[in-house]
Amino acid sequence: MSEMRFTGTDSYVATEDLMLAVNASITLERPLLVKGEPGTGKTMLAEEVATALGMRLITWHIKSTTKAQHGLYEYDAVSRLRDSQLGDERVKDIRNYIDRGKLWDAFTSDEKIVLLIDEIDKADIEFPNDLLQELDRMEFFVYETGETISAKVRPIVIITSNNEKELPDAFLRRCFFHYIRFPDPETMQEIVDVHYPGIKKDLVKESMEAFFQMREVPGLKKKPSTSELLDWLKLLMAEDIPPEVLRGKDGNKSIPPLYGALLKNEQDVHLFERLIFMARREGR
Amino acid sequence: MLINFFFDVKKAKIPATIREFLMLIEAMDKRLVMYNIDDFYYLSRSALVKDEKYFDRYDRVFGTFFKGVEDITATLFGDDIPEEWLLLQAEKLFSEEDKAAIEAMGGWEKLMEELRKRLEEQKERHQGGNRWIGTAGTSPFGTGGYNPEGVAIGQRRRRQGRALKVWDRRDYKNYDDSVQIGIRNIQLALRRLREFARVGEDDELDLDETIRSTAHNGGLLDIIMRPERRNRVKVLMFFDVGGSMDDHIRVCEELFSAARTEFKHLEYYYFHNFTYEYMWRDNRRRHEQRTPTWDVINTYPKDYKVIFVGDAFMSPYEITYKGGSVEHWNEEPGLLWAQRMLDQWPNSIWLNPRPETRWEHTPSTMIVKEVMANRMFPLSIDGLDRGLRVLTAA
Repeated sequence: MSEMRFTGTDSYVATEDLMLAVNASITLERPLLVKGEPGTGKTMLAEEVATALGMRLITWHIKSTTKAQHGLYEYDAVSRLRDSQLGDERVKDIRNYIDRGKLWDAFTSDEKIVLLIDEIDKADIEFPNDLLQELDRMEFFVYETGETISAKVRPIVIITSNNEKELPDAFLRRCFFHYIRFPDPETMQEIVDVHYPGIKKDLVKESMEAFFQMREVPGLKKKPSTSELLDWLKLLMAEDIPPEVLRGKDGNKSIPPLYGALLKNEQDVHLFERLIFMARREGR
Repeated sequence: MLINFFFDVKKAKIPATIREFLMLIEAMDKRLVMYNIDDFYYLSRSALVKDEKYFDRYDRVFGTFFKGVEDITATLFGDDIPEEWLLLQAEKLFSEEDKAAIEAMGGWEKLMEELRKRLEEQKERHQGGNRWIGTAGTSPFGTGGYNPEGVAIGQRRRRQGRALKVWDRRDYKNYDDSVQIGIRNIQLALRRLREFARVGEDDELDLDETIRSTAHNGGLLDIIMRPERRNRVKVLMFFDVGGSMDDHIRVCEELFSAARTEFKHLEYYYFHNFTYEYMWRDNRRRHEQRTPTWDVINTYPKDYKVIFVGDAFMSPYEITYKGGSVEHWNEEPGLLWAQRMLDQWPNSIWLNPRPETRWEHTPSTMIVKEVMANRMFPLSIDGLDRGLRVLTAA
């Protein structure tokens, strides 16, 4: 079992500390909680771990209305009620009305899989607590049928959080934790290389400079993230923008082209334009 | 040895538990990391620390424990060691000879400056000698030299070539507790203020009630609907604008925009310095379009939760005397108006953008705080949190 190691993939750059956290959670069979700025590849991580280890990925997206029970199973009382009114034969067996949740699927899988619980902080504050036992023992009890569902093979559990709510201590205690930092320019270079191997070197250099400069602009409501940089590069390539245009530092103090891919907030765009305008005026 | 490390982590107020410690031991037992301090650092952090705001503290504990030079308790007093404190320690620890040497170099400031310069000059690790920063030398810099408390700089490891270790880099310094205020953080704090209720149109199937009612109905289906559960909290905000509030425009703006997206039922008015007989909703037309405060009081029922935002920084006369207002002649003192508003909305707090430590030196602030029955909180994430707790509890 312990020879299973995650070392990043062709399309995902994993830093040393991230790899270690992933491997620790695989070896010890404990959930891995991943936090970090939006757009730094939290959700991607689970997909890549699954690909790298050749496992199936089961994703459970959490919404504000999601209850822990939804992940286990749901008893469809309404259908049963309706069937009983119609005198359907199925109604005699309660099993017909139990809808399996993602955890059930994950637990009953014959081979080892990766289970992603995405954006756990979106749900109610009690949600993680309701899953403690289930994730710890990897089993749960179905009251309606009186059976216990327990994992044949313990899945690799990866949980992401955007920090919208504090997670309960009891829950945190059971996880390994990793915080994905915003990548430094070198790591960013690697990430870009992995995504666009054929891209012109100078274009990347200029655009990365523009990008990191933009992140430095004080007062931005939402700083552009890695995924937005990648989108922007794609656009720049598609439009075949020459690198010189991006060089805004000295020469022409122009707004970087297609910056809509980086700034998603009207006020941010205004602020940015104003700053550029001021810089241009000072430059003269 | 790891047990002592664990206790150090606990001592630094990082909320790690025995369970997590055992998890780390188990990982070590499974040979997850071998003879590599970097890997051990990552692994132990991942197992013991569950919030990035404690990363920096952990870095410090780790650095100290595995080197044992810097006194952690001293570092824990604050984010940075105050310079005066350092000076004091230097006074105490340096021998007369050392002091003379320091004097010879041009005093403490010079020493620090020199240190910085040499750090830049120095390319490689250095052992012995008396000029470069390294180990076991007589230079006043570096660790393990003659001068024990000299100036410990970002503790380098002995065996490895790289100068600074990950934990010495203190990358997570900015993630430490004192969370910067920003729209998103405010929004998250405001989320505390929730009051769920089912009112309005019946648009959701009430399953339990349907089953009960159907059983009651002799098995004939009887569908029961109910309204969806929504946040029904109603908030009324009063902002102080102009004058001394100009210094706090940004944070007020952020609070306002966060509140506007967070609450469906949000009403707001502006006032200048203190509450008088008029308020307004549009700052550009504040003189043409004013709303009598009586109308405001009569419009919004008692179940509104009220948040005043202002620095309460003015002359006390502006609060307690009639005619005290700086802008117009007020027939009744502002205090009376504030009292009327509080009578109407007992559920209220005052958020003050000035730091809490300065309040007691400002008489007007103390008056307002008294009127608010101490429900005045600083406009920081922590203060917002405390304030909203009071609003929610009431």
